[in-house]
Amino acid sequence: MNPWSRLVGGCRRRSPWLFHLNAGSCNGCDIELVACLTPRYDVEQLGIRLEASPRHADILCVSGPVTRNTVEAIRTVHAQVCAPKAVVAIGSCPASTNVFTGSPTIDGPLSRHLPVDVFVPGCPPRPDAIIEGVARAVQILAERAEARPSAVDAGARPEGAPVEDEGRP
Amino acid sequence: MTSAHLLRLLVFPGLLYAVPAAWVFLWIERKAVARMQRRIGPPFPQPFYDFMKLLGKESPPRPGLEGGLMRAWPVLAAASAAGAVALLPVLPGAGGFAGDLVLLLTLLELPSLFLVAAGFSSRSPFGQIGSAREAALGLATSAVFVTAVLGIGAAQHTFELEALVRAPASPLRWLAIAAIVLCLPAKLHVTPFSVANAEQELYAGALTEYAGPELALWELAHGLEWVALTGLVAALAAPPLATWAAPVWFVGISVAVVLSLSVLAAATARLTVEQAVRFYWRAAALLAVLAVSASWLLGAGS
Repeated sequence: MNPWSRLVGGCRRRSPWLFHLNAGSCNGCDIELVACLTPRYDVEQLGIRLEASPRHADILCVSGPVTRNTVEAIRTVHAQVCAPKAVVAIGSCPASTNVFTGSPTIDGPLSRHLPVDVFVPGCPPRPDAIIEGVARAVQILAERAEARPSAVDAGARPEGAPVEDEGRP
Repeated sequence: MTSAHLLRLLVFPGLLYAVPAAWVFLWIERKAVARMQRRIGPPFPQPFYDFMKLLGKESPPRPGLEGGLMRAWPVLAAASAAGAVALLPVLPGAGGFAGDLVLLLTLLELPSLFLVAAGFSSRSPFGQIGSAREAALGLATSAVFVTAVLGIGAAQHTFELEALVRAPASPLRWLAIAAIVLCLPAKLHVTPFSVANAEQELYAGALTEYAGPELALWELAHGLEWVALTGLVAALAAPPLATWAAPVWFVGISVAVVLSLSVLAAATARLTVEQAVRFYWRAAALLAVLAVSASWLLGAGS
């Protein structure tokens, strides 16, 4: 690995920017994610920032059991996050649809639609668990970026391409 | 071009100082806000980490004129902000030229214009609202900012920065400096005037569609704007030293201004567009008009 990509890789581990996407969550996990930004947990120490636009993000944090009318939205937003990227499923809902299982309005779990890298179970999970999940996602993100060719010559994927080519199970 | 010019453009206060200073100032701002909120805040190299990471990210392919424009705006914004920093008269005898104050004013206004253009060329609805707000606020602050800076120039009968800064400071100049400082939070998108990048309302405003290296350049341009605008205040407010202690004063005052703006950002909530614009047209414009009319009257009297 050349010094440039080693430098960029090191910086990538220290600067994960998150985008939070609510796929029909009850707000419990959303509140716990925001709690990570408060003085008690202060994830800015780790370089983590909650970004306003999916274009800026490295890690997509999805909460909620994936209701039917959020399916298109989560696919669009996932395609808008630029590579290298990782997906963290926050809470029990995206992992298993939780208490909503079998509901006709639910099209979950999340792994049917996106390649999920880390599951953070809990209803809701504690902020500590979310931070640990994001830290694991950062590892996965960095390893994925090292396995790929550099960003300059990897722009072959057309914009808005379906997520199937991203290792969907 | 003499060696003094080169030193000024490339070393101090030019590129070699401006780019690291941009990162340091961005860090000071984030750290100060974090400390005000009783958080620990980001580590010292965080803006550098962010910049390098963004360079290593992909950006969505954007063909055609729209893509070319979107790639051009951040480059132009960073270049004009860096040029503004390089024009600041810090080192004694670094050489200026007649009218460089007007060039400095232009270079300080351009990044905001490029940001407006960037939001509109991205064709994102959030980007367009962000651009519209930036334009409304920019119109209000620019009137005050330009009036205040030109008021200082008119008082000393020169538009040459070097001569302006070496002239003894008058009460009039402090009036104009106060007006300039009032413009800084809006020009730097700091709360309470962060209406153009209001993340809870507009996603990321004009930069919503930006990603990867282009976003990195925007972050750098923003940092350079911090260096240029606080540097302008520092150059005007520093005592007219002809010695090599001048850079120390320059950096010291710049950092002090960055710190006070961060404290302001942490202590206030965002205004609405109307409130922010009204503030500039009434309160800040009053100071600037006072500065200009006083300088004109004094100039007529002498």
